[in-house]
Formats: sequence, structure tokens, C-alpha cells
Amino acid sequence: MNVFMIFRVAVRAIWRNKTRSALTMLGIIFGIAAVIVVLAIGRGASLNMVAEISKMGNNMVMIFSEQRHTAAGVRGAAGEGQSLTASDGLAIRRELSHLVQAVTPEVRTQMQVVYAEKNWSTTVYGCSTEFSTIRNWEVAEGSFFDELEEKQCARVCLIGRTVATNLFPNDDPVGRTIRIGNMPFKVKGVMGVKGVGGFGQDQDDAVLAPYTTVKRVLQASKFPDNVRHIKLSLYSMDQLDEAKREIGLLLRQRHRLADSDDDDFRIIDMAEITSTMSAVSSTMTVLLAAVAAISLLVGGIGIMNIMLVSVTERIREIGLRMAIGATPANILGQFILEAVVLSTLGGALGVALGVAGAQTIGNLQGWPILVEPSSAIGAFLFSALVGMFFGFYPAWRASRLNPIDCLRYE
Amino acid sequence: MEHLIEIRDLRKIYALGEEPVAALDGVSLTIEQGEFVAIMGASGSGKSTMLNILGCLDTPTSGSYLLDGIEVARRSRTELARIRNRKLGFVFQNFNLLARTTAIENVELPDFYLNRLGRSARRARARMLLERVGLGGRGTHTPAQLSGGQQQRVAIARALMNEPPVLFADEPTGNLDTKSSVEIMNLFTELSNEGITIVMVTHEDDIAAYAKRHLLMRDGHLIKDDASGGGA
Ligand SMILES: Nc1ncnc2c1ncn2[C@@H]1O[C@H](COP(=O)(O)OP(=O)(O)OP(=O)(O)O)[C@@H](O)[C@H]1O
Ligand SMILES: [Mg+2]
Repeated sequence: MNVFMIFRVAVRAIWRNKTRSALTMLGIIFGIAAVIVVLAIGRGASLNMVAEISKMGNNMVMIFSEQRHTAAGVRGAAGEGQSLTASDGLAIRRELSHLVQAVTPEVRTQMQVVYAEKNWSTTVYGCSTEFSTIRNWEVAEGSFFDELEEKQCARVCLIGRTVATNLFPNDDPVGRTIRIGNMPFKVKGVMGVKGVGGFGQDQDDAVLAPYTTVKRVLQASKFPDNVRHIKLSLYSMDQLDEAKREIGLLLRQRHRLADSDDDDFRIIDMAEITSTMSAVSSTMTVLLAAVAAISLLVGGIGIMNIMLVSVTERIREIGLRMAIGATPANILGQFILEAVVLSTLGGALGVALGVAGAQTIGNLQGWPILVEPSSAIGAFLFSALVGMFFGFYPAWRASRLNPIDCLRYE
Repeated sequence: MEHLIEIRDLRKIYALGEEPVAALDGVSLTIEQGEFVAIMGASGSGKSTMLNILGCLDTPTSGSYLLDGIEVARRSRTELARIRNRKLGFVFQNFNLLARTTAIENVELPDFYLNRLGRSARRARARMLLERVGLGGRGTHTPAQLSGGQQQRVAIARALMNEPPVLFADEPTGNLDTKSSVEIMNLFTELSNEGITIVMVTHEDDIAAYAKRHLLMRDGHLIKDDASGGGA
């Protein structure tokens, strides 16, 4: 008996019990559809996140100050602040100008900003004049502050679109004076819309001011040169490794680290962040897929249940087939194939439903959706596997039956 | 000489309740190629048990069974299936056709497992066999659309599909009226005349009369065998 004939027998047996077959398939259909939808949303989201993160900056490399562990324990008392300084940034700009096109220190502080009776809490970023280049963030109205203003700790700022709409619902903000933490700042311009960031934050909810002003005036810091964070822009990502090495050497030298000392800073590029974020989102995808897989398991048990019923119901048929020459292997094959046809049919319908469902959810929610062919094919093959796995036991039971017991069965 | 069927001291013990039941209690006999044998006896005497063992549908508890010179009493299930498929045909009291399956497809079934003929040759042979049993025009009918006598004729055509040398029939007319019974027995007689060996269980004398040799059973024993030179 060849496979094609067994296949015909299987299809016919399924077709004979249309309603029951359809109900049995439902579990698989929804299980597979759930897997497809979850994977489509997960992959879409992580791809979107990667895109957003790389949009965050232009060939961007970040340096964070880090507390250093020595034999004497953690070096640097709390009041001393960070090891990284704005001067480090200037030194990188000066000495590695063949690699680095722009540098900005970055300090952040949460502040209340006020204009007239309007009042808004936002993040104030202290940065250099090159911030706009590094972050790929253009000024929409007005102009960025200049080096002189940076040097003089001028009380000037630029505001993000969200701040602008909240403080200036009707007026043009450029040239107005707002109060940041009770100090008057002149608004030099409004930044262009940047949108939602890779971490879901509103990037337009921000005020930009010279870092000198933020450190000395707003924060009245005792260590005005210390910053936690420096961002810089390379000319080319091809030089990333070289740049990281050079920056590391320069900073170690400037921080007077002995050869045995660990770095007191950390250099991170966007590729690292991207891969970390993808790892996080793929963990989520795996978790959600596990939930979907459980529903497939339930679907598989449904198939097993129906196949067991089917074996009992068709016990005389089994006996007759055995009497006229079906071997145990023939019977095993017939019932496994029946389960596989059921489950793959369910799988195919599930893939179709899942793709349609993912598109619909994507359209309704405005989420990015990515149905990868590999996940559709994988889900389909998995459904076949479910059929094989859960069909095996009933089929095996059928194949172990004695022909005479089957024929006598009432 | 080699016999088609040769059984020696065949026993079948059912040990279900407290008392084991010996459905067959040491039966020996031989059947030659081309014989038409009727097994008779009271209800519960072991006729069906005997036929099922001869038909390789069941295995004896002890004893030997040579079919065509081959010991089959202790063969694997797969080997027994192959033997049934190639050498044995079955006709049951309740026809045992596949429901919702056309007559011609029922007849084709044994060759699905043998796969001796191609698709069209199989169809042609099935059609020929249906014609042979007088159901030429009924190939597309399903069992539900056929009378009992017609269903039994489809079953006979199916039994002949792989050209087996032996046909086993357990009360083939048990569910049929007299007219249909006569038709079936005439068919058996024809087949027997063509050289097919037939072993049939019945408890009706007028049905048994079609056979050339009669075995009588009682309580698992073969008590009478009217064959000249037959018996143990
Ligand atoms: N599966 C079984 N389990 C237990 N006992 C059985 C089984 N099959 C048959 N028997 C017993 O074996 C004996 C012979 O049964 P068998 O079916 O061979 O009789 P039979 O001659 O065909 O009777 P009938 O004319 O009623 O069909 C009976 O006593 C029966 O109860
Ligand atoms: Mg009987």
C-alpha cells in the first residue's frame, strides 16, 4: 500500500466526519494562529525598536563614567561625583579629530518649566553645540545656542515640541523667556519633532541648554566639570573599533590609571544597545510563543482524544482491513496520517488566520507587523509534528488490536 | 504428499472465568486443494474458533498448523497479515463491507495492501469480479444501497480480489433469506468447480449440502468427518 493510497483513505475518513474534524482542528487552528500573531507582533516590534535605536544618533558612541573597583574598594566618595569630565570630551574632540566629528557631554535634570501661567515638568538636557549633529535632531524654528553662549553659561535654551505645545499653545516661543527652576531662560528655538523613542519615551518632551549653564547655574554643582555621560559621533562606523580603542587609551591616560587598574568608564556603541534590545524582545517573543505553544499542546490533545474515539468507533473497519491483509504498520500509518492530515489542515488554516489576524491587529493598533515566512513554515511543520506526536498513541493502539477481537467487537 | 491445510492437535483455551474453556480441544485434520468443506455443529461447539484459526485471524494456544506446507501457528502479526492478504479470502456472516464506500472500492481493497495491480488494472479486475458475482451495474452503490444478498456478493468479489487459493466463510448465509442464500451457494459451487478451496461454517443442513465434505464438531472436538480418506 503506497503513501498516496493511505493518504486518500485518511482524507476520506476526515471528510466523512466533517463537523467533528472541523471541531477537532479548531484547537490547532487557534494555536497556530496565536503563534503566528505573537511572532509577527514580536518580530515587528523588535525590528521597529532596532530601527528607532539606530535613529537615536548619528554613528553614535556613548561613554559612561563607571565606578572603579580597586583593592581598596570602591574609589571615589559620593560627593566627588563622576570620573568623566566635560574636559575629557573636549580632549577627545581635539586629539581624535580624525575619527570623531562631534562631541557633547550630557547632563540631565528633571525640572519644572514655567511660562506665564503654564507649567510643565520636563527633562532638561545640558549639552554642547554639537548635540544636534550627534542626535540627528534639527532645529525647527530659531537657532541652536552657540559656542560663546556655551562658554559664558548663557541662560538660553531650546525646547522640544511637546514642551512648546504645553507652554505656548498659542504664541510663538522663539525669543520668549521661560523660567526653569525659577531662573529665566531665553528660548532660542524649537526642536523638530523626534517622536517616540526606542524605549517608548516621548523624545520631544525635553529642554536643551548649554551643559555649562546646567551644571553651574541650574545645579550649582561643586564639580561643574564632572559629567556622567558623553556622546560622540564618528565619521564612519567602519572606524568604530579603532575609535573605541583610541578613546579608551586617551581616557585612561587622562584619568591617570595604572596598567593594573580597571577602566573607570564604559564605551558603548549603538550596535551593542541594539543587540541587547533585540535580545530582550526575543526573550519576550519566546515567552509569548511558549504560551501559544501550550494552546497547541491543548489542540494536540484534542486530536489525540478524537483519534482514540475514532479508533474505537472504527474497530470493525480495522478488523476487516486486518482480515484482508492490512499489516500493523499499515494500520499505524493510516491513523497517524489521518491525525497528521487533520493537524496540518488545521495548521494551514491557522497560518492563514494568523497572518490575517496579525495584519488586522497591526492596522487597528498601528503596530509594526512582520510575518516572517520562516515562522509561517515553521508553525505549519510544527502542526504536522503535533499530529504525528499526538496521533501516534491512538494509531499504535489500533495497530496492536487483534483482527478477531475487532471483528467480534459489538 | 503435501496438504493445503494440515492441523495437528490444535487447542484453543480461553481462560477468562474461573474454569478455562477449551473452544478447541485437540483437533487434527487435513484439507486438500480444491475441497469444499462444511463445518457443522451446535452453537458453541468451536466452529468459528476453528475457522478463525484456519484463516490466520486468530492463533491457537497449542498445536501445529501447516498452510501450504508452512507452519503458521506462531508467525508474527505482520507475516500473518501478508498470508491473509495473498492466500486467504474471507466471507463473513455480516458482510463487513466498508460503509460509505462504493462496491467497487470495497472489492479493490485487498489489492491496496498487496499493490500488485496498477490503478486501472485494479479497477478493471474489481469491475470484472463484480460482473462475475452478478453485480455489474452496481459498482458505484454503497453498502447502504444494496440488499443483504448483494452485499454478500460484493464481499465474495472482494475475497477473490487477490486470487487466493482458499476461501473461508463463517455462516455466509446466516443473515440472508432463502433466495439469496441459494444464489450465494450457487456462486460457491461455481468457484469450487473452478478449483478454489472453500471452508464454510454453517448449521443449516441444506446449506451444508452444497459442500462435498462435512465436519461435525462438538465441545471443541471433531467428532465426525465424512471425507473418504480425510480426517486425522
Ligand atoms: N473471545 C472469547 N473469549 C472467551 N470465550 C470464547 C471466546 N470466543 C469463543 N469463546 C468460547 O469458545 C467456545 C466456542 O465458540 P465459537 O464461537 O467457536 O462457537 P461456534 O461453534 O462458532 O458457535 P455459534 O454457532 O454460536 O457461532 C464457546 O464456548 C465460546 O463461549
Ligand atoms: Mg460461530
